[in-house]
Amino acid sequence: MSSLIDEVKARYTPKKDYPDFKVGDTVKVHYRIKEGDKERIQAFEGVVIRIRGGALDKTFTVRKESYGVGIERIFPYYSPNIEKIEVVKIGKVRRAKLYYLRELKGKEAQRKIKEIKKWEYEAMQRKKEEARREREEKAKAEQEQTAQEETHQDTE
Amino acid sequence: MLGVIGRKLGMTQVFLEDGTAVPVTVIEVPTNYVVQVKTEETDGYNAIQVGAFPAKEKNVSKPLLKHFEKHGVKPLKVLKEFRVDNPGDFKEGQELNLADVFEPGDVVDVVGKSKGRGFTGTMKRWDFGGFPKSHGHRYHRAVGAIGNRTDPGRVWKGKKMAGHYGNETVRIQAVLVVDTIPEKGLLLLKGSVPGAPKGVLYLEKSRISYRKKIKLKQDRFKNLAPVLKGDAS
Repeated sequence: MSSLIDEVKARYTPKKDYPDFKVGDTVKVHYRIKEGDKERIQAFEGVVIRIRGGALDKTFTVRKESYGVGIERIFPYYSPNIEKIEVVKIGKVRRAKLYYLRELKGKEAQRKIKEIKKWEYEAMQRKKEEARREREEKAKAEQEQTAQEETHQDTE
Repeated sequence: MLGVIGRKLGMTQVFLEDGTAVPVTVIEVPTNYVVQVKTEETDGYNAIQVGAFPAKEKNVSKPLLKHFEKHGVKPLKVLKEFRVDNPGDFKEGQELNLADVFEPGDVVDVVGKSKGRGFTGTMKRWDFGGFPKSHGHRYHRAVGAIGNRTDPGRVWKGKKMAGHYGNETVRIQAVLVVDTIPEKGLLLLKGSVPGAPKGVLYLEKSRISYRKKIKLKQDRFKNLAPVLKGDAS
């Protein structure tokens, strides 16, 4: 039943070629705004503090501070009004939702997020990937061993 | 008005070409069959009886089985009559598909059974305000007064009180068809419809589609197709 709903969702999910971004990154969202008949593109730059939902319902929240006032904007991930997204900075954070930034002001908030360089991030990803592969191989080997033992027992 | 039988699948949202997100209910409309054609001469009024969802023979009562047999249709689980002006255009046993009845931009009336809520208090059932939660109040969600004193000396009939709520037939009028997927028999309606997922719904061409307000609503969404996979701007 619900698979039909998933099909519908897939059918209406527009293709987007955003760069990968995650919570903690600083992004620049180019958003199309209609004013009467005129259309212009506005950029909103800030820290991604939340990514929620899946498929068509996915949204992300960008927070920035402007003249000492915190501003948060929620963007639907698949909105046709998003022209493009740029990743300005990659940040390393230890939370999936950065609500704690709301209590911090100015520099404090910036200090909380450790910026990492792109090559560093990529190296990290590679390392993770390798570790995952190793784990998988190990698990596979173990499984084979137990399977072999079982067949031995069967023959006995 | 002419209609079909369908089933609610669930809700999601789609984006329109101008970037607005529209909440939609996805409805599955299987192949419907015209079981019986009723005409003015034979029955006193013009209508067609439509059925859907094939049933096993053992699950259909004997009188109904004979009814299906008589009209040359396989046994079906759900039957529903729709009034039509032109019964001559329909044949018994004829297939009735989604594409024959609805297309994007139409308005439909949806009839379904609302979710049963059991015995419900007045706040939920009738949207009463209730009483403050603090400041010395001894009751919070109670009804309050239900009448006057010796005159009239009784409670008015129909007084809104606690009781059974839900599980009743509800008709939602003039719901906009955002899109249809005829090859899968799927219908996307704007907004919510009565009942839980898997609930049976009767979809009729709207009885109030002639109204100005409804026409305006249709115009607002004219030429605005949902964004499909791959053709994003």
